[in-house]
Amino acid sequence: MKLKQLEGLLGDLEQFSNPIVELEQYPTGPHIASRMLFTAENSYGDITDKIVADFGCGCGTLSVAAALLDAASVIGFDIDPQSLETATLNAEELEVEIDFVQCDITKLELKGQIVDTVVMNPPFGTRKKGADMEFLSAAMKVASHAVYSLHKTSTREHIKRAALRDFNAKSAEVLCELRYDLPKLYKFHKRKEVDIAVDLWRFEPKHN
Amino acid sequence: MRLIVHNMLSCNIRGVVNKFPLRIEPEKIIVKEVDFNPDFLKHMIAKIDWKALVDGARSMGYTELPDHAPDTTTLESDEPFLRKFHHSLLELHLEEGSLVCSETGRKFPVNKGIPNMLFHEDEV
Repeated sequence: MKLKQLEGLLGDLEQFSNPIVELEQYPTGPHIASRMLFTAENSYGDITDKIVADFGCGCGTLSVAAALLDAASVIGFDIDPQSLETATLNAEELEVEIDFVQCDITKLELKGQIVDTVVMNPPFGTRKKGADMEFLSAAMKVASHAVYSLHKTSTREHIKRAALRDFNAKSAEVLCELRYDLPKLYKFHKRKEVDIAVDLWRFEPKHN
Repeated sequence: MRLIVHNMLSCNIRGVVNKFPLRIEPEKIIVKEVDFNPDFLKHMIAKIDWKALVDGARSMGYTELPDHAPDTTTLESDEPFLRKFHHSLLELHLEEGSLVCSETGRKFPVNKGIPNMLFHEDEV
């Protein structure tokens, strides 16, 4: 599948109808999502025929992208049942098979080394402080090969240090810097649109 | 929820020792065919908890899986086995039912194929 085609398909997905600000529910736009998964597969071979988990999957944009790139199995995890319903519809619409699990990712313990790759657009920690680190810690425990994640560029040094020192990372690399376009979603948003500098990270866990 | 997911889920309640696997109490099961990918399946044999898969499949009404996975050296030529493995791992969907912790009896409901693994505050 070509990048443009993937981006086009992801652009048609249903997004949050009533986003919950406390969960930092923002859609992952098709531009970022397609590039993230395309890079993961084309540069690193981390998606096709692999078992991919999407942490904080929301409406399933990254999960659908992974499935369209022929992951062997995709599992989306999220705490919000309404998002999971939308994600289920999205998967049905694009005729891809995705399993979903409702849970608090920070309290989940997945058994075994089944998951190859974790992809995620986690909360940035603007509502619940440290949420971004909690997601990263959880992802590093689950992935046997790689974690792809988006974090604010302003947290770059902090993330790198934590990943290498505390979260068992063999490597922590910023693959590229992207602009994340956030449309005015919540009443408290003053500007019509704002964009935030985010880093696309790739982390490799040490083998246990 | 397919058995590939069930093979990862455990009961994280504080103090529980026997967390895995969760017992399946099905109410509605559907079967959806997906493409057969033997290379992927061979790769999965080593990663799957076989007993959990066999018991899970049985509770979903599928009894064709052998008690033990065959030797990896014979897998190349054992397509009938791989087909059964494929079917149980990827084609059986628990749409409605529960996942039950063997130790505490705590039920995690499964609705529209999605297991609810949220713990109560006093559980974790």
